[in-house]
Order: sequence, then structure tokens, then C-alpha cells
Amino acid sequence: MKNIKSVNEFVIKFANVNGTGSASANNLFAKALFRMGIPVSPKNIFPSNIQGLPTWYVVRASAKGYLGRRGGVDIMLSVNPQSMASDIKEVLPGGYFIHDSTKPLDLRLVRTDITIIGVPLTKMCLAEYTDPRQQLLFKNVIYVGALAALLDIDFGVLTDLLADQFRGKEKLIAPNVHALELGYQYAKETYSCPLSIKVARINKVGDSILVDGNTAMGLGAVYGGATVAAWYPITPSTSVIEAFEKYCKRLRIDPGSGRKNYAIVQAEDELSAIGIAIGANWNGARAFTCTSGPGVSLMSEFLGLAYFAEIPVVLIDVQRTGPSTGMPTRTQQGDILACAYASHGDTKQVLTFPATPKECFDFTIDAFDLSERLQTPVIVVSDLDLGMNDHMSEPLQWDKGRNYDRGKVLSAEELDNTEKFGRYLDVDGDGICYRTYPGTHPTKGSFFTRGTSRDEFAVYTEDGNEYAANMIRLLRKWETAKQYVPEPIIQQASPQRNYGVICFGMSEPSTLEAKDYLAKQGTHLDYMRIRAFPFSDDVKAFIENHDMVFVVEQNRDSQMRSLLMTEFEFGHDKIKSVLSFDGDPISARNIRKQILKKLPGDNVTPIRGNAKEAV
Amino acid sequence: MSYKRPKFRHPDTEINDLGYARQDYEGALSTLCAGCGHDSISGAIVRACHELSIEPHRLAKLSGIGCSSKAPTYFLGNSHGFNSVHGRMPSVVTGAAMANRDLIYLGVSGDGDTASIGMGQFVHAARRNLNMVYIVMNNGCYGLTKGQDSATADEGSRSKKGDPNPFESIDLCALSVQVGATFVARSFSGDKDQLVPLIKAAISHHGFALIDVVSPCVTFNNNPDSTKSYEFTREHLKATGTMDFVPMREEITARYAPGSSHEVTLHDGSVIHLYKMAKGMDPLNRVSALNAMEESKQQDQILTGLLYMDPDSKELHEAIGTVSRPLNQLSERELCPGDSVLQNINESLR
Repeated sequence: MKNIKSVNEFVIKFANVNGTGSASANNLFAKALFRMGIPVSPKNIFPSNIQGLPTWYVVRASAKGYLGRRGGVDIMLSVNPQSMASDIKEVLPGGYFIHDSTKPLDLRLVRTDITIIGVPLTKMCLAEYTDPRQQLLFKNVIYVGALAALLDIDFGVLTDLLADQFRGKEKLIAPNVHALELGYQYAKETYSCPLSIKVARINKVGDSILVDGNTAMGLGAVYGGATVAAWYPITPSTSVIEAFEKYCKRLRIDPGSGRKNYAIVQAEDELSAIGIAIGANWNGARAFTCTSGPGVSLMSEFLGLAYFAEIPVVLIDVQRTGPSTGMPTRTQQGDILACAYASHGDTKQVLTFPATPKECFDFTIDAFDLSERLQTPVIVVSDLDLGMNDHMSEPLQWDKGRNYDRGKVLSAEELDNTEKFGRYLDVDGDGICYRTYPGTHPTKGSFFTRGTSRDEFAVYTEDGNEYAANMIRLLRKWETAKQYVPEPIIQQASPQRNYGVICFGMSEPSTLEAKDYLAKQGTHLDYMRIRAFPFSDDVKAFIENHDMVFVVEQNRDSQMRSLLMTEFEFGHDKIKSVLSFDGDPISARNIRKQILKKLPGDNVTPIRGNAKEAV
Repeated sequence: MSYKRPKFRHPDTEINDLGYARQDYEGALSTLCAGCGHDSISGAIVRACHELSIEPHRLAKLSGIGCSSKAPTYFLGNSHGFNSVHGRMPSVVTGAAMANRDLIYLGVSGDGDTASIGMGQFVHAARRNLNMVYIVMNNGCYGLTKGQDSATADEGSRSKKGDPNPFESIDLCALSVQVGATFVARSFSGDKDQLVPLIKAAISHHGFALIDVVSPCVTFNNNPDSTKSYEFTREHLKATGTMDFVPMREEITARYAPGSSHEVTLHDGSVIHLYKMAKGMDPLNRVSALNAMEESKQQDQILTGLLYMDPDSKELHEAIGTVSRPLNQLSERELCPGDSVLQNINESLR
């Protein structure tokens, strides 16, 4: 048997039982690699369950900086007998299977093409601890200790991390370090360490941070000046509000009174959550809500009102696998069309697509500026993978010279100098009209906000011409929006290549990696990452300038492709889909495979959206 | 109906403390049916706001969808209004109130908008004790879609369509007492003497104030077999007692026989005088209020007046501990923690 040999370039998967405290130990492992300067991307694969079902944690280490899902497992750390039979099958030939050897491995599971390493975790815990809770929790820490020996992780990095983690609860540090040592010693004495797969300190992370997208969004809402947040709990968006609240408690308490400079309302449902956010924005506060697909469905009616009555509102959609309840703890990019045209009648909603925690932070702040500038909902479209997993990211920054753009709002003085205020009067010709907050002026500037048609002075009308003129003005505003939304990121060779690949959001890391693979095989692609809807002219030009483009997206129905074709009227042959929708993040190997199949000159019939093509 | 409102103002028109006449609190001409109870309620709102000397721009009026929800167009023309989506007015008010706690929020809804499609939002706004006045213009039917029974139609009541309603009616007053509303009253659109002081007290109350106003639909539900008709309502009214509202600024002039009156001081210093209360009725007691409502129902009576209030009510802002300044007036400097804090956060994520 030939062992896989690798330094700082591997995938390790932890197979755990949900609710046994494995998350913090696994996190400790990933963070240790990160502190050793190795780019990592940990991904939590968890069930919709609180306790008892299988859960996995996959860490990819990549000195090359590839942070998308690679596919394949080099090392499996198995402490869950429930999933052991399938877990062991997943290990690539030449890889390692590390298991709790308190009970001998079922002979039927044994493979000869991989190395099996036993650590008697349960036995060690029973011998060392009397408290059943400690027996459970320290098992996780012991295997991290064993991995430290097997993979050559700097032990000092681990102890430093524990010291950081338990700052303020110092009593907990020593027992955790002891558990690490137990595992370390056992592995060191029993096996020849390190294995052929190992780590070594490098400096490939620079000043990056390791954070999940939802935390960055919650923090973005603090920096963006949100004072009202309304929400209804739903995975995977809940931690956005939790982060917002956590940082507000630290950063938004009025020093004089000790009271809150923010209001968080847990609503009775998503209808109410967005209603609250709209009501607050109408009244001049920056307010947001966050949800996932099912919530978007429920919020659609209100999104139509906010579009038509022109009320700013920020909605964060952390997508999960739909339709309906779907797979609530798995990722997807399946809400694109539901968001883009949310609500009945003619609507177009402004969307932004962050791809990194840094963008989660920036785009959340931008969303408040955008929605107030454009007086319309802005939906920041994230997903479970980006939102709930830690990602290596550029550090967050606040530009000291930056000021909030509150848009076109008239003050009492300005109203005094206005001859006749018309809420829906397009004075500037950009489709954006002036608004007033309630309570501004005793006799001027009041108007009636309504979801019914009205004239330029906000007076109810059923005059078809007035209605149509207003709808056309909303399109003018849509055009104006193009200059404000984040522009696409384009990597284009000069002269440009024949083919391009387009992605958005969390499909980026795997797409970039696939692009590199393809380049090595001689297929060179230009690259564009779409960051917003409405699409700018650059998006159109990129597609026009290539014979064919591939759109990588994580849904069954090619939703982004549909949106591009609807907006630009490209033919079917121009845009091809690369799809994955099985709930796992799309992998680089999968993208490469699908692109190769669809390249002209290849006679293989494309299989539309075969999820199981994932390697 | 006439399409132009005369601008003529009588020289003796009463001017309030702010120098406004009652006309300054009126809105656009109503497009509701002639004789609609809703227009009388609009009139009562105009009178209450005028007499309380409320600056029109310090009040926001919000509604859902339906005949009742059209009504805010027909009063307080100098106030911001928001005609939202069906049954969702409470959430919009919640957001508005979170943004600016200094304004007065007047929600207007109907029985369909509240007791059916908006039931969830209604009870939760009450439960959170949102600081607002919530007026239900209750006619027991869906007027704008031509007279279908609503969830507040009494069992056995017949609208113009003729079939008796087979279902139990939802009593919004009893329900809201149970879920935590802190001011609950019922009235009749035809009884302005009772309605106007109730609206004033509700505005002064600090918390969720419901006034369920029986407001007959002259077109679809004013026939003899309807329990929401003018005639039936007038014949079955029973008041809990009589109420006077004395705003904070005014001196108390009325005199009451000793022991016949109960004074309740509101959060803003206004005083409610309750007198001629029915025997055993104590509107400061939840159990008493619920019993009285149930008993009246058994006797086919429509119990009106102040049914329940908690003068020590703590509204939503107090429950969550927000600052006393309106959140929409906090400056960017107060809201954005700046880059150096962010750099520390970055450091904690390495």
C-alpha cells in the first residue's frame, strides 16, 4: 500500500455524534492549523437535530490556498459507530482511518488499502475521569491531542488556543491541556509519528482572520448603524441576529443610562419580522431582518409593498436547501429567483451576493446605504456554507472617512423651502424621489404611504396612466441602481479567451480552483464573479465577449442563468450551466468535470444537474 | 355625498391650545358609504385629537386593508399615514414605534383585518404591550368584498346575504385582556359621548390600548337579523359605567358624589374618572373584566365602556430597555464603533 504523502495539503473529516461537544474540539484543531500559518477551511456538516444524529466536520488544509470543498477524504477521524461503515468507505486509498479502538473494529469494515489507527478514547476517558460529562467531553480533546502527535501540530499553539478560549475561566485550562497530553502521549508511544500526511509551520495566512459569514453580517449591521432588528428563528440565519446582539451588548450600550441604543424584537413569524423592519425604516431608523428560504416565501408580500411604496429595508437571506423545508441544515443557492422577483406583480429586487466574511461585513453595511439611497428593499443573499462555517478572510475594515448615505430625505428646513412636496415626484430624473420621516414638520411633508396606486403626491388613484408612469419611473430607478451596487469581479486575459466561467457567492473558491485545474490541462477560462442584481453593463459585456460562458451555481434549475437570460435575452447556446444541489458545497473537481463535458468538441451528452457527479 | 368640503369656518370655531381648529385635524373626503359607522369613528378621532391638542405631525396613523383601513385617509390629513398590507399593521407599527418612541401611533383596523388574517400580529402586539392605540372598526362583515361574514359576526346573526352565521364569534376585547393588552374598551360608533373620552384615554395610556368599536355596515350588515346593525346595537348596549377623561393640563372641574367615582392617574399625569360603574365591575381587575364580558354575552348584551386597564403598564420599550431618545435620532457617531474597535475584533479572530 502506498500512503498519501502530503504536507499542509489534505482533507480530514471528523465523524461525531451531534450534541457531544465535538464542535469546540474540532474548532480547536482547525484554528491550530490556521495559527501555524496554513490556510484552512473547516465545514460543519450537521443534521437538523439537537442530540444523537451523526454530524461531520471537514477541514481542508491547503498551502496553495484552495478553500473550497475539494471532495475526497485523506484522514477520517471516526468516533461515531452509527456512521462508521460509510465513513470508512469514504477514505481515499492510501489515507488514514483513526478510530476509537476501545471496541475492536468490525472485521467486515477493515480495508487493506488504507492505514487504520486505533486510539482507545473511551477506555482512556473511563480510566481518567469519573464524571460522565467529563468522560464525554474530554474524549474530543484527547483525539485532538492524538492528532497533534500524528500530524505534527505545534503543541504550544494548542495550549495557547486553550488559554484564549478559557480566558476568564482559567480553571478549565489545565484539565484541557491534560486531556490533550493524554492523547498526544498515547499516539507518540503507539505509532510512528508523524504520519505521511502532516503539517508544518508556514506563513500563508498573512493578516487573515477566521470567522463565519453570519458573525461578519451581525457585526456589519452594528457598523452600518442598524438600530432595529426583527427576526424569527430559522436555521441557518439565526446566528446573524445572535452576533448582532452579542456585539450590540458590547458596543451599543448608552454609557450614561446603561440602556440600549438598539431594539431587537423576536417576532411571531417572518411576516411580522419584515413588517417590523419596514415600519422602522419608514420611520427613519436603519432596520433589518434575516431569514432563510421559507422566510423569503413568507416575506414576499411585504417585499412587494416595500418595492412599490418605496420603503428601504435590508433583508439578509442565508440560503439553505429547498424547496419547502428541504434539508434545513444543508447549503444551496436556490433562492435567487424567489428573491430577484419577490412578490406578485412586476417587481425587481436589489440583490447582493457576498462570497467571503469580509464581503458579508461590507455588503451588510452597503445594504443600508443602498436601500436608503434607492428607497427599496436590498436582499443580501448569503448561504449556509458561507454563513455558518468559518472561513479565512481578509480582515474587516471601517474606512474612517466613510459616512452613512441616508438618501433623499427632506428636513423641516428643506420642507419650508419646498414649494410643493410630492413624495413620488421625480425631481432629479433618476427615478428616486424625496421622502420625509413622520414627525418632521407640523404642516408640511406628511403623506400617505400605501400599497395601492397613487399619483406623484401620494394621493390614491386608479388612473391607468398615472399607474403606468409610476411603474416606468420604478424602472428608471432600477437603471440608477446599477451605478450603486457592487460591480462584478472580472479576471480576463488580454486578448480574451473564447470561454468564460461565471459564479457568485460561495461557489467562488471551488470555481477558482477548478479554473486552475482546467488551465493546467490546457483549457483557459476568463472569470467573472457576479456580486449584485441588477446586473451592470460589465456583466453583459463579459457574456457578449465570449463564445460561451459557464454559470456555476448550487441549485437544480440554473436560476442565475435564467436571470441572466431574462435580463439580457441571450440564446440557449451562449450560457451553459454547471450545477450541484445535493446540499454539500460544490467541489472543484465537480466543476472541472462538468465544464470538460460541456466544452465544444466533446461529444459526451451533458447530464443536466447530476448532483451525484460530485467527487 | 358632496365632493368639495366647504372651507368656510364659523367665527366661533373652537381653537385648541395649539391654535388649531377641528378642521385642521380632518382628512380627505370619505369615500365610504353614506351612513357608514366608520365615518363617525373618524369624526370621534378628529375630535379627540383636537381636544387633546395633539400636534398633527406627532401622530402617525397606520392601517391594514379593508373599508376600515381606508378610513385613516379621512382624518388627520397633516399626519403621516401608512396603509400597509392586510392584517399586518401591528408589525409595521411595532417597527415604527421601535424607531421613534416619541410619536403617538394610532392603528386602525377592521374585524377581518384583525380577527382573521391579522390575528397573529394582533395578539402579539397586545402581548408585547406595544405603545399604541388600536381601534377596530367592527361591523361583523367584509364590506369591501360585499358582505361576507367575518370572525366577529355573532353566531346566528344574519347579514344581508341571509344565511345565519354558524360559527362562534371572536370577542376581541376578552381575547386581548387574556393576552396582555393593558387598556381594553368597547364602544359604538353611534355613541360619541362615550367614544371620544375613550380615545383620549387610550392615547394617554402607556401601552397597548384596544378600542373595539361596533360600527354598523349600512350596506351589507344593517338588516333586522344582524347583531351588528344600528338598531340591534342600540337596543342591546350596556355600559360598564361612565368615564370622564381629564388631560394633564386641565383642572378637574367636575364634581362627583363621594364614593361614586374612582380616579385613575395615567402615565402622563392625565386622570380618568370612572363613575356610575355597574355593580361588581372593576376595570382595574382582569378577572372582573373577563367575568363582566362573559356575563353580558350570556345576556345578549353588548358591554361598552372601559373594560380593563392597568395604569402601571410597562410598554415594549421599557420591557427591552432601550434608551429614552428615539432610536432614529441617534447619530452615526453613537452608532458606529469605529475602526480601532474593529481591529481588536479582528485580532480576536486570528
